[in-house]
Amino acid sequence: MNAYLDREVRHQVTMEQAEETIAEQKIQIDKELNLKGKVCPYTFIESMLALEEMKIGEVLRVIVDYPPAVCDVPKSLKNEGYEILDVSPTNETDWAILVKNTEFK
Amino acid sequence: MKFSEEQIHRYSRQMILPGIGGKGQRKLAEAKIFIMGAGGLGSPAAIYLAAAGVGTIGLADSDHVEIHNLQRQILHRTCDIGLPKVESGRKTLESLNPEVKVEIYCERVTSTNIQRIIKGYDLVLDGSDNFPTRFLVNDACYFERKTLISGAILRYDGQLSTFKPHAGGPCYRCLCPEPPPPGLVPSCQEAGVLGAVAGIIGLFQANEALKEILGIGQSMVGRFLLFNALNLSFTEMKIQRNPECPLCGENPTIKELIEYSQSCSTQNTVPLQASTRTLD
Repeated sequence: MNAYLDREVRHQVTMEQAEETIAEQKIQIDKELNLKGKVCPYTFIESMLALEEMKIGEVLRVIVDYPPAVCDVPKSLKNEGYEILDVSPTNETDWAILVKNTEFK
Repeated sequence: MKFSEEQIHRYSRQMILPGIGGKGQRKLAEAKIFIMGAGGLGSPAAIYLAAAGVGTIGLADSDHVEIHNLQRQILHRTCDIGLPKVESGRKTLESLNPEVKVEIYCERVTSTNIQRIIKGYDLVLDGSDNFPTRFLVNDACYFERKTLISGAILRYDGQLSTFKPHAGGPCYRCLCPEPPPPGLVPSCQEAGVLGAVAGIIGLFQANEALKEILGIGQSMVGRFLLFNALNLSFTEMKIQRNPECPLCGENPTIKELIEYSQSCSTQNTVPLQASTRTLD
């Protein structure tokens, strides 16, 4: 299942990789969270806890290496009302999720 | 407050819920909830509130654990028979969640001590088993401006409401101005009660307490729920503030706490177990 997701995500990500990498370079990152080795739902919870501490408009960069988290963390954060700016691989195993703390609720 | 790895793991399944998150979990950790009675209603309520990470739980009960309690009062175990209920309750809650601070009151709650006791809490959950205590808790919550989550059970029936007269809703006396005469309403020991009914209503109370602390969902203020376990039926009534309420009405006659007598027609040594007990 993980291998399948991994392939799916990798394929999807590769398609948009070039464009997104450029996009990421333009975005100012205010905080980085390394969640390598962590699984769901803790990847989402820790991202959310970090965002709750941040100012409106600030950008968090989350690094994950758990394949399902690449889909699930952005989806859950979006459901909460946060703005997903970018999801892209940084190397063979890791992905970076860029999320903006927005005014909501 | 920064969450530890263990706290994130312990509360993860509720922290991911919309409306809770880290902010809500912090509210729960800072919350102080007082539970009147460590019996049929107080037991399930206390267990779930402790599990949810409510920071401080106050538990008041002057009784000791007896074997006939164990059919519904799930805070206590067979090995706890003879212990004060609050001691047994604290042991259960602390073993479930050592983060929770459990404050115990192994004394009869009376008109002279109740205001002092509840003053330090954010919210009161009534799981008392008799009308004098039920009215005392209602009146004290009114004077101290505390939200009251009220639950009651008998046989296969249960009731639930939230009283917040300080925020415009009715109080218990708006529905029932005076306690019924002793003997009119049978007690749980006379009429019986199904343990699962105590569990259902106690957990509804815990659920409402969590909602009030978190500020989510539709409050039970102004609503009165009647539950019947045999039909598995729920009836909800709208309730309003009574302008003639002797406590929170326009011309109140009750200006201080009243101690109704716990009339004893059965041979009980502890007044709380008197024949007027109707609610557990």
